[in-house]
Formats: sequence, structure tokens, C-alpha cells
Amino acid sequence: MKTDSPTPIVKLPVLRGYTKEFYDWCHQRELRFQRCQSCGTWRHPPRPMCGSCHSLQWEWAPTTGTGKVYCWTIVYQALDPAFANDVPYAAVVVELDEGPRLATWVTGIAPDQLYVGMPVEVWFEDLSDDVALPKFKPAEAH
Amino acid sequence: MPELTDLRDRTCIVGIGETAYTRGTPKSALELALAASLGAIEDAGIKPEAVDAVILPAGAGSGGTAGDFIANFGLPDLHYTTSLQEMGGAMCVSALESAAVALVSGIAHYALIPLCSRFYSGRKARQLNSDPGTGLQSAETIRDYYAPFGVAAPPQHYAWMAQRHMQLYGTTHEQLGAIAVAMRKHAQLHPNALMKRAPITLDDYLASRWVSYPYRLLDCCLETDGAAALLVTTTERAKDLRKPPVYVMGVTSGHPFPPHDLPNRPDLLKMGLDFCAPRAYAMAGVKPDDMDFAEIYDCFTGQMMLQLESAGFCQRGEGGPFVENGRIELGGALPVNTHGGLLSQGHNAGMNHLVEAVVQLRHEAGTRQVQDAELGAVTGWGGHGHGSMAILRR
Repeated sequence: MKTDSPTPIVKLPVLRGYTKEFYDWCHQRELRFQRCQSCGTWRHPPRPMCGSCHSLQWEWAPTTGTGKVYCWTIVYQALDPAFANDVPYAAVVVELDEGPRLATWVTGIAPDQLYVGMPVEVWFEDLSDDVALPKFKPAEAH
Repeated sequence: MPELTDLRDRTCIVGIGETAYTRGTPKSALELALAASLGAIEDAGIKPEAVDAVILPAGAGSGGTAGDFIANFGLPDLHYTTSLQEMGGAMCVSALESAAVALVSGIAHYALIPLCSRFYSGRKARQLNSDPGTGLQSAETIRDYYAPFGVAAPPQHYAWMAQRHMQLYGTTHEQLGAIAVAMRKHAQLHPNALMKRAPITLDDYLASRWVSYPYRLLDCCLETDGAAALLVTTTERAKDLRKPPVYVMGVTSGHPFPPHDLPNRPDLLKMGLDFCAPRAYAMAGVKPDDMDFAEIYDCFTGQMMLQLESAGFCQRGEGGPFVENGRIELGGALPVNTHGGLLSQGHNAGMNHLVEAVVQLRHEAGTRQVQDAELGAVTGWGGHGHGSMAILRR
């Protein structure tokens, strides 16, 4: 897996509505998710209403950016040609310590070194002037 | 008060039609859908003009719009139409549910369910989610939150579930391979199967190239062109038609939470089918053990294994051992996908599973006939795990 050069992405997220707000926070080097201001439940991907208490009041709540590997797949066939030079790469689901999970990469290690529960921490990779992707790397020992 | 069981045995599948499954076709989706529909109508022995409901599993993506079917068949008075597009591959069984509701309510009398897939000649299945353009939130989740990380197509994000299952329960590659081998065996017995002359062994499976670990090429279904259609009517009307009716004992749909995203499910492996299968058995008044066969939506080997658990044929975590030693093959305790499934007959979004169930229950399956088949289950799976289930009897 290449980790030292910008990934040649063809398809960027469409920066509209909540998705623009999510990536705007990433651009500012903060990984934030929606959290209900009534009952405190986190949610992702973003949407207007809390599925637990039906409140429409919410905030972009900060996370520590630390979490654990939940599951993954190792992509060998780049169905999107933009990733042709990256295969094989692991597309990992990381669970933040606060609870939300997201699809991401864990960089700096080979895919076969991944394990469930592996501690990871976020970093941000700039893809364009507007978009930074939240990626992860093995957490520093504390 | 209406009850769930009110739908039991109130409707029947009375006609089936199916075109050849091919890789490549000069025909339009509408031509194929019309050909399959005409086949279902003639199989039932009714006049096309009697059709007064057209249930479109994929909306206009079913091969045509309601207007197309009105115009081409000269339908004098269409009473009812609807679409189940958001259900993805669960849409065909859900379309049967919608047909049953419309028929039992008296809104309509003869419901046509057509579906054409052009996953080979049209936009390929592998491209479905990378450029959604459907307005569906599940597709936008892929576009905005998965695709930037190189996860844009089903073999990639569905692989997460299979990997999780392997981690939690020790499921093996050989067990996934047993599914692929069984599907290919069954396809050898079906004249309209894409892989009817391409048998495989477990060694072939294990030697096939990786697509997205733990999925190899032979874990993935076939990009296919072709169409199929069902004709459904009330039990009273079914008695006078050409073929013996196949009764819809139970038919239900269900949804995971949240539906639009896989990673954020509290339990990644709990799907729509977990919710709707118990309701289907309750509606039908039968148990998983009563089934003589099952046609399980097999977009990938792991998704079939997961559904065997969700549909109650084995416990959570036992899907791997369950599929071993020929249990799901013809002659085994629960023959699964007697036509070869999406993996080896062809991918018509599970409409071919419904057609095969009807063929089995009519005892017209020839060399692949499940002996004395009386009861069968059909499941659908789509989107990020929407589910549906039908329980059918002869």
C-alpha cells in the first residue's frame, strides 16, 4: 500500500449539505460526527433527526480521533481505475472510541498486519483544495 | 382487524416467463422484459388485456415503465402500479408482496411483475454504486463516504460482512467455496444457465484470483443480460388457469438499521431478513425445517451464508459448517438454488430464484427436480441489506 503520495482520486465526495459540513471539519483537521443534543446519541452518515429520540437538535461533536479496527476488506481488483496503483489496499472500518464507525484506510502498515481491535488514530490527507480525507495509522503507544 | 395471516394462501403465482440468460444482447431492456412478460401471460393462459396491475421491482429500471407496458400490451385499464427500487436485490420478492396486497385488497385482479437485467450490456453490476445517479441515500453514502476510500461496488463493501463473520465465527474459505461449488453443480443441470458447461472444483475455487478479500472471483455472481416475469392472481381466479397454481403462503419485507450504511449498524450482520423471516414463517404457519428447498439471494457466497442464518435454517455463526458436506446440494438436506443462482445461472436480481421455485413446485425441473417438493422459501437481499422472503407451496 502506498502511503507517501496523494491518492489519485477521481471521484471526490459531493460537497453539499451535511456532507459538506463533515468534510469542512476534516479540512480543519477535526473528525466530528453528528451527536443529538437531546439524548447524546451519535449518528453517521449525517441526517436530520435522531433515530433514538426524534430530536432535530444536534451538533457536530468533536472526537478524540482515536479508535479501533472493526473489520476490513483487502481490494485486489481496482474497480475504480483511480486506485489501480494502490492495489492491494485494505479498506477498513474503524470504530471511534466515541462509537461512530467509518470506512477509511489504516496507513503505515501492510494489510496483513491488521487485526480486530487494533488501536488507531486519525490523520488527514489533502485530496484537493477543499477535501481532506480522514485516514488512520497505528496509534502511538501512550 | 386485519391480521398478518390474512394474506396466507390468498394469491398464487400462475405464470412464469424467462428469456435466455446471456452475456451480451442486441435487444433492448424493454424488448426483453416484454418477451418474458408475454411468456408469463401465455403460461397462465390469460389474455394480456386482463392484466390490471404492473409491479415494477426496479421502477423504470425493470425494463420499462408502467406506460411502456400499457402501450405495448394495449392494456385497457391498469388499476395499480408501484416500484420497489430502494430494495435493491430484495425488490423481486417484495414486488410479490406488493402484488399480493393489491390483489387481496381487490384493487387489482391480475398482477404482472417483469424484470430485465442488463448487467452485462448495460452499466455493469460492478459499476452500479460508483456513479449512483439514483437519488438513493444508500448510493450517496457510497459516493460520499466509501468511494473516496476505494470502496465503490458490492464485492468490496459486502466483503466487510464476510470478513467480520470469519473473524467472529471462524468461517473458512473452504466453506465459502462449498457454496460456489454447489451453485456450479446445479447450473450443470439447467439448460438456461450461463455456467452450464463450466463445472468447478473446490481447488478451482481456491485458485481463483482475489477480487476483494475474502472474496475471490468465484465468490461473485455473474454479470448477465436477461429478463423474467411472474403473473400473480387471487387463489379463486388461479383455479381456472392453465398451470397448477403455486400458493403464496407468506411474503414479507424487512430493513436493517440504519438502512443506508453498513459500518454504523450496532450489529453488522443483522439484516432486513432477520426482521422479515420470522414474519414470513408466522404468516405461512410453517417452520424453516418444513422447507423442501430454498432459493437464497446469492450475489456473493458470504451473503448467501448470512441469509441461511437470518432465514432460520441454522443459528448465527453456523452458516459455514451448514453449507459443508453437500447439505445445500441437490440430494442434501436443504437443496439451495437448484438453478445455480446468481453465482452460476445468471444475475437477474433474484427474479430467476422466484421462477425456479415455481418450476420446482410444479415438479417441472427435470433432472434437477427436488423429489416431492411441496414447500420452498425464496429470499431477496439488496441495497445495504434490505431483505425479503416468500414461502411458496404447490
